[in-house]
Amino acid sequence: MLEFPRWKVITILLVSFFGMLLSLPNFLSDEQLEKLPSFFPSGRVTLGLDLQGGAHMLMGVDVSEVIKRMLEDKRDNIRDDLRDEKITHRITIRGEELVITLNNAADRDNATRIIRSSIEKVGASMTSIGSDDLVIEDGSGPVINLHLSEAAVIDKKNQTVAQSIEVLRRRIDAMGTKEPTIQQNGEDSVLIQVPGIKDTQELKKIIGTTAQMNFHLTDLTVNNATLTKNSRVPPGSSVLPSYEVDENGNPLFYMAIKNRIMVPGEDLAQANQGIDQDNQIVVNISFNTKGGKLFADATRTNVGKPFAIVLDGKVISAPRINTAILGGSASISGGFTAKEASDLALLLRAGALPAPLTVEEERTVGPDLGADSVEAGKKASIIGLSAVMIFVMLTYGFFGFIVNVALTVNIFMIFGVLSLFGATLTLPGIAGVVLTVGMAVDANVLIFERIREELKRGKSVLPSIEVGYDRALSTIVDANVTTLIAALILFQFGLGPIKGFAVTLAAGIFTSVFTAVSLSRLMIVTWVRKRRPSSLVL
Amino acid sequence: MKLLKLVPEDTHINFIGVRKFAYVLSSLLLISSIALYIVKDLNFGIDFKGGFLIEAHTDHATDVGKVRSLTSDLGFGDVAVQTFGQDNEILIRLEYQEDKSLSEVVDIVRVTLEKGIGDNVRFERTESVGPKVSGDLIEAGIFSVLLSIGAVLLYIWVRFEWQFGLGAVIALIHDVLITIGMFSLTRLEFNLNIIAALLTIVGYSLNDTVVVYDRIRENLGKYRKMELPELLNHTLNETLSRTTMTSFTTIIALFALFYFGGEVIHGFTAAMIWGIFVGTYSSIFIASPVLMWFDLNREPTAKPEPHKEHIPEQFR
Repeated sequence: MLEFPRWKVITILLVSFFGMLLSLPNFLSDEQLEKLPSFFPSGRVTLGLDLQGGAHMLMGVDVSEVIKRMLEDKRDNIRDDLRDEKITHRITIRGEELVITLNNAADRDNATRIIRSSIEKVGASMTSIGSDDLVIEDGSGPVINLHLSEAAVIDKKNQTVAQSIEVLRRRIDAMGTKEPTIQQNGEDSVLIQVPGIKDTQELKKIIGTTAQMNFHLTDLTVNNATLTKNSRVPPGSSVLPSYEVDENGNPLFYMAIKNRIMVPGEDLAQANQGIDQDNQIVVNISFNTKGGKLFADATRTNVGKPFAIVLDGKVISAPRINTAILGGSASISGGFTAKEASDLALLLRAGALPAPLTVEEERTVGPDLGADSVEAGKKASIIGLSAVMIFVMLTYGFFGFIVNVALTVNIFMIFGVLSLFGATLTLPGIAGVVLTVGMAVDANVLIFERIREELKRGKSVLPSIEVGYDRALSTIVDANVTTLIAALILFQFGLGPIKGFAVTLAAGIFTSVFTAVSLSRLMIVTWVRKRRPSSLVL
Repeated sequence: MKLLKLVPEDTHINFIGVRKFAYVLSSLLLISSIALYIVKDLNFGIDFKGGFLIEAHTDHATDVGKVRSLTSDLGFGDVAVQTFGQDNEILIRLEYQEDKSLSEVVDIVRVTLEKGIGDNVRFERTESVGPKVSGDLIEAGIFSVLLSIGAVLLYIWVRFEWQFGLGAVIALIHDVLITIGMFSLTRLEFNLNIIAALLTIVGYSLNDTVVVYDRIRENLGKYRKMELPELLNHTLNETLSRTTMTSFTTIIALFALFYFGGEVIHGFTAAMIWGIFVGTYSSIFIASPVLMWFDLNREPTAKPEPHKEHIPEQFR
């Protein structure tokens, strides 16, 4: 110990220096950082949503709708296939099953063969060819039961969530926000975090809209003027409210719409806000080739009839088709404000969500509150740290001064480690830093108490210091491992701010053990070797 | 320079002698904590109960009673209103509304308040937690506290012996339950941050206990003939100065956070401060004395003197 080996001294100093250097970018402005050479560390601690304001949303993806639609598609396909083969039957959906009742039980083998040929593989990967999406249940006689395989359901779920994330990303990016986080959370939720956003209402509207726009024919057998929400309409049609609402939030009108989709929204290629010849604000849309053809066909065969544009189950408008529209583009007018039109265009461009989303959790913090929290955190840290340092100084005198130097290095190193990993600093995280400092003193206390005891036993200065450090080390490790365990569990389980707390706590444990057992030791040994004191005031 | 000492250098306090009092005190605290929890429950925040939370700032001081009656009349079920730090900052908690989104509720509350109290209302923080998430969070919270206690038991068992692990866990459960009792009594909001505080208390209280245990183990090897109560007393006195010093510095830091760190972490720091007191108490008066309940292995399994001194002649 007297011979602190040179390599050790250099390592300790280098680690301390670089640890502190890593924290430097946090104290520089963007311009200053810009001027520094490129090898210089530039990572900064990210401020959490609670400190810079922003929105955190957990959206549940309602996959059941999608699964239901998948079953319906299967039904339609099988029905068509069986019809093509002239097998008379009835096919219905019962719960999660497809039930096919054949008119002639002798067709069973034939029908089973046809159904089997329509089965597709799902979940194929490098290592497996995937499994069937439909399961034909065993049985005999005229009734065939089918259900979607578990693999198919899981595959569809994942696909739906992934698609939702894609769409959400396009929408949120289009809003021009910085560094949004959009990721899958659990099996069927999406976590969205948008820091620094001011207008969270706007964000919610953009996220919450399914934006499924389809083109339908209206049901001309129904008199729309006397229609109410609960009116009965012929099968194959539904009553839909208008998109526009009056000042009380009630729809302006109801309309009977044929359920059959003439042109689906997914065939839209482009959408922009525009102004028509009457100076009305409109949304100009154009279709892809397939959509353009469908649109042309639909308009050609229905000239003179109204054509409803339906967004998320609400009728935007139902203009009369005057002539066939062949160019694959159209404009939609629906009494939009400029804002509404540009939002709608954005949503249509980004595409529809494959399934409705529900808000499961939502937390927004205004930028002012965030700034207040930063100020409060700063103030509390400075006061707390100063108080601790003064107290340490009063208790341990010169050794207290050394502890304080180590503590200061420790604090910079915590920020250095956090910057290195691009960790997020939250308000509880700041509390974690302060708390770590309170506890970092502990390692030094353990050492000093040991040294004191050795001195009391009559040992001279240097042996006391050496024994003190050695004896305290295993205690320090044990004591810190237990806190580390708590921090790791917290990290695993926690969300947002608490994760930030766990991260700073864990980072602080490492840096404080390092500074206490090596840096402060190095300083003390250097001092003792220089001064060779015959007694210590401790 | 005369240095400050929190406790005198040489103490001979008979901690073990008063253990019966400590047991009685702790039992009373535990029983009242559990009783409080059963009778009064905890003031669960929306993290665990589900619901909406709105933090509103107004230009002038706000009449909480008026805000309460205005929002209660909206038909959103139970409403809790309190000031939050300043008297122009209020916190409104509403029940979860199945048929209304947070933004709809916020809009309604905004209109109602602006009309009712005639002041500018800015919403600085809004939160909504649905029933699915709050259920998940309760589960995760309980699980993580239990997991941390289990993990720590395992660690101490491996590093020491099972008696120590059990002793530490008894002290831990003691600390956690009494902290929960404090929350039930004070009606401080019990939310996710408090779970974080509980876990930190677990870590801290253990930290304290482990330091004492470490020394007990060492002394068990050193004073083979000493009676256990005497040995425990000796150890507690030896470590007393460190225990108080560490608790004190941590408490200083926490008080700064409590007073200056803002409302958001108030509950969190309150829990921590309480936890440090309880944890320090329990590591002295509970964790060590309960070792007497178990048969401690007095064979020298503890590490032998870890240190062989190689010190040049001139320094001896």
